[in-house]
Amino acid sequence: MAFSDLFMIVSGSPAISGLIWFVVLTIIFYIARNHAHKGIISFSGAIHNGFRLSARSVKLLRNILVLRNREVLLAQGREATERMIEREFERIDATVRKDLAEYPALHRHLNEEVTAIDESFKESTEVPPSPPAWVKAVEAVAKIPAAKGDPTVGNILEDIHQSLVKSSTRALEEYRKASSKRHSLLQKMMPHWRNVLKALQNVDKSVNSLLSRSVTIDRLMHDYEDILKGTDKAQRMLSSSSMTQFFIAGFVLAIAVGGAFINFNLIARPMSEMVGGSDMLMGFKTSSIAALVIILVEISLGLFLMESLRITRLFPVISSLNDKMRIKMAWITFIFLFSLAGVEAGLAYMREILMEDSQATLALLSDTGGVKVEQNSALWITTAAQMGLGFILPFALTFVAIPLESFIHSMRTVLGTTGVAILRVIEWLLRLAGNFMRSLGKVIIHVYDFLIFLPLWIEKIIKNKNKDENTVSSAAKLGGAL
Amino acid sequence: MKLFKGFYLVLLITTAILLQSCSDEPTVPNTRGVYMLMDTSGTYTKELKQAQKVINYILSQLNSGDSFAVARVDTGSFSEKDIVAKVTFQDRPSMANQQKREFRDKIDSFVKSVKGSAYTDITGGILQGVEFLNEAGTGHNTILIFSDLKEELRKGYKRDIPLQVDKYSVVALNVTKLRSDNIDPREYLDRLENWRSKVESGGGEWRVINDMARLEKILKQK
Repeated sequence: MAFSDLFMIVSGSPAISGLIWFVVLTIIFYIARNHAHKGIISFSGAIHNGFRLSARSVKLLRNILVLRNREVLLAQGREATERMIEREFERIDATVRKDLAEYPALHRHLNEEVTAIDESFKESTEVPPSPPAWVKAVEAVAKIPAAKGDPTVGNILEDIHQSLVKSSTRALEEYRKASSKRHSLLQKMMPHWRNVLKALQNVDKSVNSLLSRSVTIDRLMHDYEDILKGTDKAQRMLSSSSMTQFFIAGFVLAIAVGGAFINFNLIARPMSEMVGGSDMLMGFKTSSIAALVIILVEISLGLFLMESLRITRLFPVISSLNDKMRIKMAWITFIFLFSLAGVEAGLAYMREILMEDSQATLALLSDTGGVKVEQNSALWITTAAQMGLGFILPFALTFVAIPLESFIHSMRTVLGTTGVAILRVIEWLLRLAGNFMRSLGKVIIHVYDFLIFLPLWIEKIIKNKNKDENTVSSAAKLGGAL
Repeated sequence: MKLFKGFYLVLLITTAILLQSCSDEPTVPNTRGVYMLMDTSGTYTKELKQAQKVINYILSQLNSGDSFAVARVDTGSFSEKDIVAKVTFQDRPSMANQQKREFRDKIDSFVKSVKGSAYTDITGGILQGVEFLNEAGTGHNTILIFSDLKEELRKGYKRDIPLQVDKYSVVALNVTKLRSDNIDPREYLDRLENWRSKVESGGGEWRVINDMARLEKILKQK
């Protein structure tokens, strides 16, 4: 039975049929009003509760994720700070080893220098010249009263005077010689003083370095304590640091991808000479895939090299190897990397040869065929540059390991933070949808009542009339009673 | 755990590659095959310089793994003897370049020494081309006909054979107008239409390129 057959109660008159349906439905809706209201409220309430519970679950999940993020962040921060403190202690150890190992030698050296200075100083002490013994005899002769005109006394005094002048001249020369010797001794002391000063300056430098390291360690220990306590300050600091690391590492990795792309272009063409230029694998040229694999192998070797040198810590297995094995591994990876760099340089050279060959063939096949093209004499620069790039880029890509480590470590924090933000949005949307459904239930009730406004209006009039009658009868009863 | 996750990822990719390579679905080789017919009848031999340019252009466009053959159209073209030069380019690009140079030299010497033929067996040439390209096993095949498309068969030669050129691209190049075409252009148009219907009924794609400045349209890109 079609809808039109069901609708057309009075055949040929859709208006009357519609009116009859309206009246019938209005009566049915009016009779079922209370149940319909309860049903709508229950339904919207159930949906609202569903959304609310879902929002609550999401909130719980978000809280768990926040806690987990906090734990991971603090653990990462703790590990990083431990590494930094460890490195600082290693540096202090190196400084102390270097300087204290030399301390006995330094001590001996200072002692020798001080002894040398002491001896030189003693030697340079000024001894005052003792007056000649006969000076007193001269004084006695000089006190003899000389008779006027007695030449004997004058002669004696003249002789004495001459002897004194001679003696004083000799004494003065000797004194000058002695002074000169003393000065030369004092001059010899200068390098000893300088040596002592230099040694003391070195000691001062070492001590200052130790002091500055101790300040750094103090600061790191303070941070470490904060991290261990799990303070909000430490969390904020680590979170901010992770975000910064993530973007910086991402930027550096993007640059590295550019380098890898150049490297790929350098070796893709000559690789077709080795693996063929027509074979395809998964829609890509085999030569291109081979070039890509070589670059990826180089990056992997770079990772292992950095890991073996303990610059990065991506693979705990390598970090936990004993030093001898680790150094062996570093050498092996370096030799492989060096060989691959050599291969790449060769391929880059081959690329230039192939390019020239292709250009010559194309020139021959074009309209200008037969006309010899002049070779550019500076073309070797391009060839050399290509070879240089082919050799250097594998080593440059080795350093990708450092930003990669930072990127991976910081990515956990960034993903966690993003996850929390997404869960917060979902929670908000669920709450919004729940509240909307509850309000929608109310709206539906109003619409329902609007559709049956006529019987409701009549009901209201009857109710008011009954109320008035009741009021009047109550008043009458009250009046009768009075 | 991270190491194991990485291992599983590599395992998954390897499995996907193996499944791809073991798939039963036949894959079309990504190589091109070109068979070019050169009309050497009557006055059309004067156009062979143009044909040489086309051949050089095609040589410059083909790569390792592609096949190329140039054959003359004469009285009976359904013969290997009519193939002037043929080559399948080696995998190594340097060797492929060497082959291109040798091919060019062969065509040069042919153009210098060619003698006109009395008849024009284009259908026989196409049949020979299909045979060559099927043997070469190339993925994207093109038959080029450098001719005025006026077929003239010697008495007794049967060429009312339907062409089997399914998924082939047949390109008519430099279809010159004959004196009779100028008198009645319908002859020219009928000739083109006749060849079009013949090729398309055989499952092939028919194209005409008369402007030699647009040689890049000759070959479809891989």
